[in-house]
Amino acid sequence: MSEKQPNRFVVSQENWSLHRKGYQDQQRHGEKVKEAIKNNLPDLISEESIILSNGDKVIKIPIRSLDEYKIRYNYDKSKHVGQGQGDSQVGDVIAREPDEKNPGTGTEPGDKPGQEYYEAEVSLEEVEGMLFAELELPNLQAKEMAEITTDKITFNDIRKKGLMGNVDKKRTIITAIKRNAMKGKATISPISNDDLRFKTWDEEVKPESKAVVLAMMDVSGSMGEFEKSCARSFFYWMTKFLRTKYGTVEIEFIAHHTEAKIVTEEAFFSRGESGGTVCSSAYRKALELIHEKYSPSRYNIYPVHFSDGENTTADNEKSLKLVQELMELSSMFGYGEVNKSIRSSTLMTTYKKIDDPKFRHYIIKKKQDVYEALKSIFKRQEA
Amino acid sequence: MEKELRLAIDEITEIASDFGLDFYPMRYEICPADIIYTFGAYGMPTRFAHWSFGKQFHKMKLQYDLGLSQIYELVINSNPCYAFLLDTNTLVQNKLIIAHVLAHCDFFKNNVRFSNTRRDMVESMTATAERIARYEILYGKEEVEQFLDAVLAIQEHIDPSLLRPKLDPQEEEEAEEVSPQKTPYDDLWKLDDREEPTQPTRSKKKKFPPQPEKDLLLFIEEYSRELEDWQRDILTMLREEMLYFWPQLETKIMNEGWASYWHQRIMRELNLTTAETIEYAKLNAGVVQPSRTTINPYYLGLKIFEHIEHKYNHPTEEMKALGVKPNSGREKIFEVREIESDVSFIRNYLSKELVKEEDLYVFAKKDQEYQITDKDHEEVKQQLISMRVNGGFPYIVVEDGDYARNGELYLKHGYEGMELDAHYLEHVLPYIYQLWGRSVHLETVLEDRPIIYSFDGNKGSRRSK
Repeated sequence: MSEKQPNRFVVSQENWSLHRKGYQDQQRHGEKVKEAIKNNLPDLISEESIILSNGDKVIKIPIRSLDEYKIRYNYDKSKHVGQGQGDSQVGDVIAREPDEKNPGTGTEPGDKPGQEYYEAEVSLEEVEGMLFAELELPNLQAKEMAEITTDKITFNDIRKKGLMGNVDKKRTIITAIKRNAMKGKATISPISNDDLRFKTWDEEVKPESKAVVLAMMDVSGSMGEFEKSCARSFFYWMTKFLRTKYGTVEIEFIAHHTEAKIVTEEAFFSRGESGGTVCSSAYRKALELIHEKYSPSRYNIYPVHFSDGENTTADNEKSLKLVQELMELSSMFGYGEVNKSIRSSTLMTTYKKIDDPKFRHYIIKKKQDVYEALKSIFKRQEA
Repeated sequence: MEKELRLAIDEITEIASDFGLDFYPMRYEICPADIIYTFGAYGMPTRFAHWSFGKQFHKMKLQYDLGLSQIYELVINSNPCYAFLLDTNTLVQNKLIIAHVLAHCDFFKNNVRFSNTRRDMVESMTATAERIARYEILYGKEEVEQFLDAVLAIQEHIDPSLLRPKLDPQEEEEAEEVSPQKTPYDDLWKLDDREEPTQPTRSKKKKFPPQPEKDLLLFIEEYSRELEDWQRDILTMLREEMLYFWPQLETKIMNEGWASYWHQRIMRELNLTTAETIEYAKLNAGVVQPSRTTINPYYLGLKIFEHIEHKYNHPTEEMKALGVKPNSGREKIFEVREIESDVSFIRNYLSKELVKEEDLYVFAKKDQEYQITDKDHEEVKQQLISMRVNGGFPYIVVEDGDYARNGELYLKHGYEGMELDAHYLEHVLPYIYQLWGRSVHLETVLEDRPIIYSFDGNKGSRRSK
């Protein structure tokens, strides 16, 4: 509605409900932020907060909003003008650089134009979607395995007609008693045809595809926080990925130094032990597990081993042999080496001899490499 | 509410006119928050779509939702003049905003910087939005967005001079050529003339542009070999929009100071209840609150206007000798609002007393801290001026449009003690490359040494000059 008052002014209140422009462009900005997230996947997936947020569907991550680049002055190298309360002195500190890690939590928020943070809501699913789009299950064997189905028969319904062999005695008797009771006397007999109740069944065809990850990690003295957090990120995403492809994924954690033990997940990542490294011990344990619990005819087996590569030299040949043995039973064997130094480890040097598409390895030098490691170990196979 | 509001507007308009404010007919639109913040983000009711506006909108809306934002005044320089009122404003908030925007409108109408602005920009920007939307359909959203990204990165680099010479290097070239060459065929006669050194004539390369060109947008629009017609069209339209916004960038302190000065005077004339008076006092204090780390244009502008008024109401003997009559303060500030812009406003009227009275200082970053480095009034003034020169943007000119005789673009930053943000610059050069189509260079000064940043289409580099 609007009403004119000559010359001076008009007041109007229109219906703006269809005006969505701000939201549309906000959405576009949101999309661009998502693109940026995608480009930052390497950083994102090694983000501990995601890995530890197990169960949370939506994660809020502060990411820098998209910059609109312009030719501008360097704020920190320029002089500025401010205003005191009448008592300012040369040398007075009027603001401090905000804490790098927690922008905006300083005591005087808004002190510095600085960086704008944009709280992006990313659901785990989205991150997964972006990440998994780049991964593929290794080894064609996996496909055949996934077709294994079990036909289950469950009796889950009762009907009045059926095969005499499937008669449900209890229900038939109950019905007969009820009917006789209505006639005056609650007895089983006589049983009429109408009282008969039959069990019927449904056939369930359930594709059963299972996978097991045999997570093996070196917990010898040389494996530090960095090494373990890389391994943890890797196993986390790997398990998530396998879960989207298989009905059930089980994980067994094998920690080893000179001896190998099956441990809980918690212990696996918090364990810090000292001593030397004999990798073959872990492989032997893995083989034992496969024979006991995870038959290759039912499971897709993914043994993945993380180490810093500092294996006892004498053990290298033995390890190699066991890796080959494991590969015969598995869909893939992954070896991740967390090794910040440039030279390759003795173990890696040994494994380089392996010429089998089932063997995949990656050397992680920095945290962001976890992403590359995932991509390389689960890379698409060229036909 | 509606009726009360009309009565209030009527009264305020009356008072403003009596004070001598001269404004266009007003159009007040009452809108919900998301609409008003949309307009705020875009600077216009209808403007072309771009994610950067969406980002701004989101930020403003978020602050509003969190209750962080103060009252919001939004007024558009047009005839009739549009002002937007939030539908959840209290009557007192509306009164303050109305008084404030009337003074803005007076400023738009009377300040000389605005004399060339198009008053039909609301319609013009709507048309621009429609044209760009059509280009999106024709050439693809991505394509258009990428182009807009590039143009927006350099949109402030125009020449907003009120009387600017036309960009026309052709004439200049001819003028230069007259003396050395008698006929256009002189070159030919000289072909066999081995003795004559060819070097000097060769190095006498025609300058292009003949004078360093401030209007980067216009220069690219005219001479880029890269642009398609639709791109040139967008460039023209965006430059037009920037020309429209430019006077507002140049008069931020004055304009807000003027509006704050008047909303205070007008509000004093109204019969407010006690509760209303308290509410108003709180709102006003929020608007004109000084800050330790930045200059609040509302506050500084207001103080300078009040200072001028006071001085001209009580002129010194010296001033009287120059013809200043006592009690001519009001008259003087009306004159100031007409002829000055922020730079001259500060240069002419930020006096030593005012700097001291308002406790203004210069500060800079030292290690992790921001420290006061100077309290000398000349320093403060100089610093304020350099922050306001060219609307607060670095001054960039086109030095050579045919650099290295290869059609490359050579830009120069008019360095005056303030370094550029190198990180940002390295991101902007690829955008200029995208528009120019050939290597782009920008000369500036870093750590007191001239340095040239370049981008050749693949990678950026920098070298000292």
